[in-house]
This record gives sequence, structure tokens and C-alpha cells, in this order.
Amino acid sequence: MRKTLFESLTHGPLTEAPPAHDDQALAELAANLDRSARRRLGRSLAIREVDAGSCNGCELEIHALNNVFYDLERFGLRFVASPRHADVLLVTGPVTKNMREALERTYAATPDPKWVVAVGDCAADGGMFSGSYAVAGGVSNVVPVDLHIRGCPPSPTEMLRGLIALVEAQTGKAR
Amino acid sequence: MTALTEILHGVRVDDHRPWPRLIVTAGIWRSATTAIAVGRATLLGLWGDAGVPNVVHMGMVDKDTRDIVVVSLECPNLTFPSVGAHHPPAIRLERAVHSLYGLKPTDAPDARPWLDLGFWDEQCPLGARTPRPTPRSAYAFLPTEGQHLHQIPVGPVHAGIIEPGHFRFTASGETVVRLEQRLGYVHKGIESLMAGASLERAAKLAARTSGDSTVAYGIAFAHAIEAALNVEAPPRARFLRALMAELERLANHFGDIGAICNDAAFSLMHAHCGALRELVLRAADSCFGHRLMMDRVVPGGVATDLLADSLTRLRRMLDQVRRRFPSLIELYDDTTSLQDRTVGTGVVHANLVQQFGTGGYIGRASGRKADARKTPGYPPYDQLDFDVPVRTEGDVNARVWIRIREVEQSLKLIDQLIERMPAGPIAAKLAEGHGEGLGFAEGFRGDVLVWIRIDGNRISACHLRDPSWFQWPLLEAAIEGNIVADFPLCNKSFNCSYSGHDL
Repeated sequence: MRKTLFESLTHGPLTEAPPAHDDQALAELAANLDRSARRRLGRSLAIREVDAGSCNGCELEIHALNNVFYDLERFGLRFVASPRHADVLLVTGPVTKNMREALERTYAATPDPKWVVAVGDCAADGGMFSGSYAVAGGVSNVVPVDLHIRGCPPSPTEMLRGLIALVEAQTGKAR
Repeated sequence: MTALTEILHGVRVDDHRPWPRLIVTAGIWRSATTAIAVGRATLLGLWGDAGVPNVVHMGMVDKDTRDIVVVSLECPNLTFPSVGAHHPPAIRLERAVHSLYGLKPTDAPDARPWLDLGFWDEQCPLGARTPRPTPRSAYAFLPTEGQHLHQIPVGPVHAGIIEPGHFRFTASGETVVRLEQRLGYVHKGIESLMAGASLERAAKLAARTSGDSTVAYGIAFAHAIEAALNVEAPPRARFLRALMAELERLANHFGDIGAICNDAAFSLMHAHCGALRELVLRAADSCFGHRLMMDRVVPGGVATDLLADSLTRLRRMLDQVRRRFPSLIELYDDTTSLQDRTVGTGVVHANLVQQFGTGGYIGRASGRKADARKTPGYPPYDQLDFDVPVRTEGDVNARVWIRIREVEQSLKLIDQLIERMPAGPIAAKLAEGHGEGLGFAEGFRGDVLVWIRIDGNRISACHLRDPSWFQWPLLEAAIEGNIVADFPLCNKSFNCSYSGHDL
């Protein structure tokens, strides 16, 4: 273990420079966020991820946000274990009818002010799965959505852009 | 001993390839059930048919001759003799057939619904489609009796970034007495969306059955279509598919090895393995233009050839992995606090993996040397040199070591694939046609099975069987007698697919 730790000291970090925020995301957020919410939350956001029916592809890339290359926490963003600790719900998948109630309850358990970010093409409108007897559709059919990050799945960089825009919009800095 | 094919008589279906499908009587169905129950054959799957009403299919493989056969039973009374009554691994499969298609297994040991959690507008959505009675009835979890027992309900929304499912623990103090799973939360109705879909749309649906195995599903689906239409993918396409499959295996195994250690609170491994996983995904992106290589495998071949300069990047990634991974293996092996958590935890007995026909690292960690790349086998693996690692301890540690050894084998395979990559076209042209096909592919998690019927340019019916069907039930067995705090560790060492299972 000492060898591995020592190597980490002598080599530079793998973490990469952050991407710029996404202008389109910022515009969507500016329209959705009210000033008071921005003032109260500060620059740190706690995120609760909810898979509402995803194929798990989006989950893999959300996991990647935590790896050393993207290092999400340096932006004040971190994943938490309970919706009761969360400011943001990061929701993936077409919302299945079997998950609709669980998503609604998770949303209700998240304290105000709160935001919902829908990740992936399925979360936007049900994607390939819309029209199925088992699918309720996109996330906005079930809970109000503040920001969509498209892609199948969106790459970690694309997610970072959207989430950085979220922090920026929240502090009002980019306005 | 007489071969399985000699006792199974029935009307052979034309155009079912490459293995036979027989329409059988209830008597032969029972004989087939007995053959599976006594261990002469292994159950491959049991499914309904969205194209032909009221038929149930059962796939099996002879343990000695390795012959594969599908038997089909017509159920005019909407019932069929229960397989689960004699062979427990079939229980969840036939509960799903009952919930989706309305075909009832008679004398089944468990009549509760499966996948149907009571939220769809209609019952039996692929069968009679009857309106759901209101109010919906509560699900009866299995009873547990005894002094000082308490229950812990977990999910469907879990604490980590994972898929949804419900786990009902009954514990005596810290010790788990019973775990019961309830799955189906991510059921998207893939079989109903497949029925009537164009080939192109169906391939995309297959690729989104379980995102972490998108390449494996793509290959199994392509194998089934190519069998049904009697088409062969060109050699270069076979090699490119195998390259994608091994990259997918590498990425997932790195992710798993790190995540298992992380669940034992050893985040150093997690950070290093996460970096290796990222390197593999970036190499995949530079080779095929998508990090997870989604939609790159298509029926008939592959959608994209290697992008320019990508082999150089691929080789650079292989060098980096070869340089860094050995010290991580050493780190895993030398850290006693970590070994203390993984050794002897979550043991799966050999007889269970044999009975369930469990594939992947779970089967191989408990002595079952099954690998679809070897048996039934498919090109190009017949031309490549690789081993299938096996261990016998069946604990979390063994499942970690199987992954470590498989990483080494995949690296060796990728070298051979690059070196021997043939030139030529990357896809064969598919003509419209009629036929049925069965296809396999070995994903990182185990063998994916796809059965398909194609009618002109449309899919008439398609069933996708994730390896998790024969792995999830063993997690219930593995956790028994372990402490609650070791559940995340056991669960991560299994890493079953929720989406692939729930369909």
C-alpha cells in the first residue's frame, strides 16, 4: 500500500480542468429558478440520484463523475444517501409505472427549495420506451423538472457542463 | 445415457436456427422438466410468445452432449405444467410468464405475481389484458417465525447510485435470517415494444436492455437475427464485435473490483480502479465513437469500423493498464483489513450454481466453468487462445479473483484481436425473411440469451434473458447467516442487473 500511496505523491493528479458551463442549460435554469432559492443554497449542492427506470447506462456515467478525472466534489457537488439530505434530485430513465410512486415519494421527501435534473434522453420524454404499457413517460410527467441533460447516455463532461451551470445559476454569478 | 434429444419428441418447427425447436405435448413437457430437475440438462430460459398467443417456450442444454433444444407447449386452457414445482430455478421465470402473458403454471409452488407490482392499468399486458381490480392487493412476503426477529425493508430507492429494487431482510440481531427480493421496478415492457418493431428499432431496444452489457446484448441479438435469416457476419465484423465485448468486460470488471473494495471501506482501490475504467471507456470512445459502444453492434455486422489513429490509443491504454494493474492486485492481496471482509463472506455453494446453471463470475467462483464464448461458442473466439478461470470457494474474495483473472484474459484477447484483425467488409446485407433464431453472447456478467421470430422486416416476438435471472436468487442464499453490514459487499460482488432482469 505504501508504494501505491507514494506513487500518488510523486505523480501529478489525473483530475482534468473543468469544462465551461452549458449556455443552453443556464438559460433553462434562469427561467426556472427563483431568486430566493439561489440565495438560500449557496454554492454547495447535495445530489440524490434516482433511477426511475433507466437501463443503467446513465448510472455508469453518473458514477464516472466521481472518478479522479472529473472529481465532481471540487465544484461543491456531492452525492448523498437520502433525499432528506438533498437539494437536487438527479433522475434517470423513462419513469416506469412501477417507479412512479417511489419517485413522487422521493420528491416529497426532499426539503424545499429543491431542483430536479432529468438526465438522459429517456428522462426527457421516455425515449425509445415511450408508448409502453409499463412507462409513464419523461420525468416531467411525474415531477417538475428544472434542467434536462440530453444524451444516451450523456457523457460525464456533458453532465458536468449542466451541473456547473446549475451552481452558476444558483449563485447568480453568471447572470 | 440416452441423449436429451432422444427423449424429447415433437413437431420440429421449420426455420428455427441454429438449434431445433419442438412443439411438444404436456407429457413430453413433463419429461423435459424431469430431465432438468435431475440435472441431465440445464435450464436456459422459460418465456412466453408475443407473436403467437398462448404458447410457452423452454430452452435447455444437455449436460453431456451440450445439445441445445427449445421445447414449446401450446396452452389452450391458459395453463401449463409447472416446471418450478420440480426445479426451483424456474419459479421466477414462470411467475413472470404468468404476470405478463396470463399463462398459469399448474401446481406451482409460488403463485404470487412477478414483475407486476400492481401499477399497470391492465393485468397480463401481453396476454388477455384484463382490467386491474381495485384496490390492488398487498404483496405477501414470505413469513419468518421465531423469537427476536426484526425486519428491515430496503428500497426501491437505495442509498447509492444504483438501480431500484426492494430487499426485505429478516434479521436476528446482526445476522440475516432471510432475504427476500422483490424486483420489477424498472420493467419497461421491452417484449411488448419489440413485437412489431423494425429490425433497426429492435436492435436499439436490445442495446438498452441493460446498459452495462450493451455490447453483449447487441451481439446476442445479432446472433439471433443472423441465425433466423441465415446470414453470416463478415470476419472483420466478428473481430470488431469481440474487441468491443472485451473492452466492455474490462471496463465493468475494473468498475466492480473497485466498487467491491469501496463497499469494504477501502476507497484507495476504488479510486485507482475508477481511473483504469475511465481509460478503457476513453479508448472505446476513440475506437468506436461512443464510450459504452452503444448501437455499434448491428444485425449483420457492426455499424462503425475502427476510427483513424484509434489503434495507437488502444495500445497506449493497454500499456497503461498493464503497468498499473499488477500493483493493484498486490494491494488487494496484501491488505489484511480488506481480506478480512471479503474472504469467507457470502459463500455460494457449488450445488446451487450447478442447479441454477449460473453463469459469469458467480458461477465460476463456485466451480462452474461455463462460458458462452467456449460453449456453445461463436467466432472469433474459436480462433483465439484464452482460458476461463475457475475457483471453488464461492465467496466475495473468489468473485473478485475471477474478475482479476478475467481482466488478464481480456487483455490477452485484445492483443490477439488487434494482431489478427482481418480486412474486409464490416457488415453483411440483410434481406427480408421469415425465421426464428436463438443467439448467445458472453457479457461481463454471464451468458445473455436472445430468442427471436422475424416476419418480413418486422420482429414478431423477442425474448431477452439476462444472466441475472439465475444469479439474483443465489444472492438470497449467499447472504443467509452473514451480517446485515456485509450485504452491500455481497450485492456488489454479484452486481446483478435490475434492468436486464426486469425487462
